[in-house]
Amino acid sequence: MTTTDTAIEAHDLHKTFGATVRALDGVSFAVERGTVFGLLGPNGAGKTTAVRILTTILDPDAGRGSVLGHDVVAEADTVRTLIGLAGQYAAVDENLTGRENLAMVGRLNHLTRPVVRARTTELLERFALADAGDRPLKTYSGGMRRRLDVAAALVARPPVLFLDEPTTGLDPQSRIDLWAMIEDLVREGTTVLLTTQYLEEADRLARRVAVVDHGHVIAEGTPAQLKADLGATVLDVGLHDEAGAARALELLGPLTAKTPSRTGTMVELPVDDGAKVAMEALRLLDQHGLVPTTFRLREPSLDDVFLVLTGRTTDDEERGAP
Amino acid sequence: MTVTTTTVAGAAPAAARPPLPAGLARLRWAVVDTATITKRNLIALRRMPEALFFSTLQPIMFVLLFRYVFGGAINAGPHLSYIDYLMAGIFVQSVAFGGIGSAVGLSEDLHKGLIERFRALPMARSAVLAGRTTADLTRNVFVVLLMTAVGALVGFDFPNGALPFIASALLVLGLSYALLWGFAFVGLVASNSETAQVIAFPILFPLIFASPAFVRPTSMPGWLRDFANHQPLGVVINATRALQVGPRAGLGSAGGLVLESLAWIVGFLVVLVPLAVWRYRRSTG
Repeated sequence: MTTTDTAIEAHDLHKTFGATVRALDGVSFAVERGTVFGLLGPNGAGKTTAVRILTTILDPDAGRGSVLGHDVVAEADTVRTLIGLAGQYAAVDENLTGRENLAMVGRLNHLTRPVVRARTTELLERFALADAGDRPLKTYSGGMRRRLDVAAALVARPPVLFLDEPTTGLDPQSRIDLWAMIEDLVREGTTVLLTTQYLEEADRLARRVAVVDHGHVIAEGTPAQLKADLGATVLDVGLHDEAGAARALELLGPLTAKTPSRTGTMVELPVDDGAKVAMEALRLLDQHGLVPTTFRLREPSLDDVFLVLTGRTTDDEERGAP
Repeated sequence: MTVTTTTVAGAAPAAARPPLPAGLARLRWAVVDTATITKRNLIALRRMPEALFFSTLQPIMFVLLFRYVFGGAINAGPHLSYIDYLMAGIFVQSVAFGGIGSAVGLSEDLHKGLIERFRALPMARSAVLAGRTTADLTRNVFVVLLMTAVGALVGFDFPNGALPFIASALLVLGLSYALLWGFAFVGLVASNSETAQVIAFPILFPLIFASPAFVRPTSMPGWLRDFANHQPLGVVINATRALQVGPRAGLGSAGGLVLESLAWIVGFLVVLVPLAVWRYRRSTG
């Protein structure tokens, strides 16, 4: 599907590293202009490989990618004038100051010196780095480096932004700050392709999400659709022993239309209407003389999505694709 | 375009950056990009204590070591003081060892993801390597000036005059530039910066020490003497010395040696530049 409203398109991308590591095995998706699209998946799923292909760093073995209608292989030079990339590994220059890093990227984007100067100051302020701007990066914390990396991706005001796990390893406050910045960018019209391991992050930011596993897209839709398949919340009920848990599973199973499961002494119920089911569950347990050791409602995690989609958790198997 | 907001910091479509140029303008961009990367590398050189050490203190220590510790025991020939003999060797040794830092730096850029960022920017592909070698050539100009000053302080008195001396400095810088492309290749091949150092050092060591740099090859066994005088660094050292001290070097006319040196330099460039560029192209793909 290519329409004028498609900012990024991946069509049947394949990439194999060496002889055996199949990082991408036919990945397709399309990102609507002015929205955030989330690529959700565990380590080694192929998310970063897809980003590297779409940002012209890597050529695909087969398939096509395009950014604002320009082919990422044949028109790589043009694509590079349209994108910004912030990577997982904060690719900034240790020996330069924050300001020098941004200025370098600005110059390499062929902005004029006055524009570079203004833009650098503006971004340092926006990313709360104004005070640290003239210090070498060696003195920056992980969160500050990550913010600078994102700032560097924005120097040339790219209409399309690629953020590869931008919040991995960040403390909760920095994560929330970065989310707010991404939301600002999208409000201003930027299209964002975001990769993440956190369902919560995709849910908060993305209009659409593709779940990637072993180089395949295994599910695609809005976060709401994904969670609808899953249940909006998960009710965890822990009991003293496995017998009790098995009994609880029998009693509570009918309360949900989704598939409940038991791991040891823990029962998990994906539910749509968390609070109501919780009340009902407590009543049932009480009637049958079962006292839970754990009882909580929580947001579903990527693990829950994977359990539902693939029947296994994310860390069952890891793949070492870059 | 659906949205045209441009007032706020991150904003979109009306991109501030100019579109791709063609022809001459494109060449101009390549020059600007190279200058940007050069500047970045020079700033880094200034801020890295180990890089500063290798391009300042270490060469000075070698001058003092050979001038005052070993020099008295070395026979530089009947008509020559040892410091006059030594300068040519010190020049070549300083710029050659300094190149190891170049390989290490490039290797770090590659493995820390900086080159990936560069590859996603609309910059000239050639600028990363051109900027790296230009920065290191600039560093070598500084090293050569420093060595000249230190040499003059410890007794080197420009026996053949100023112009031939300047020619000798240019010849050494020419060699250093050619070698820098070899170091760039090593930096791109190495799996990390330590490995870059481990690969570069054993290649350089015999070329620098099995040469006329510090002692006259006449004292070496015949097979080694032939190697010392005819390997590329040996040739450049002899040419440099012939320019710096004139006929008293006992090397005959400088002209032939200079031509032979230039041939080596061009030969190195012809092989090493495409090799480094080829490796760079496939280094992250």
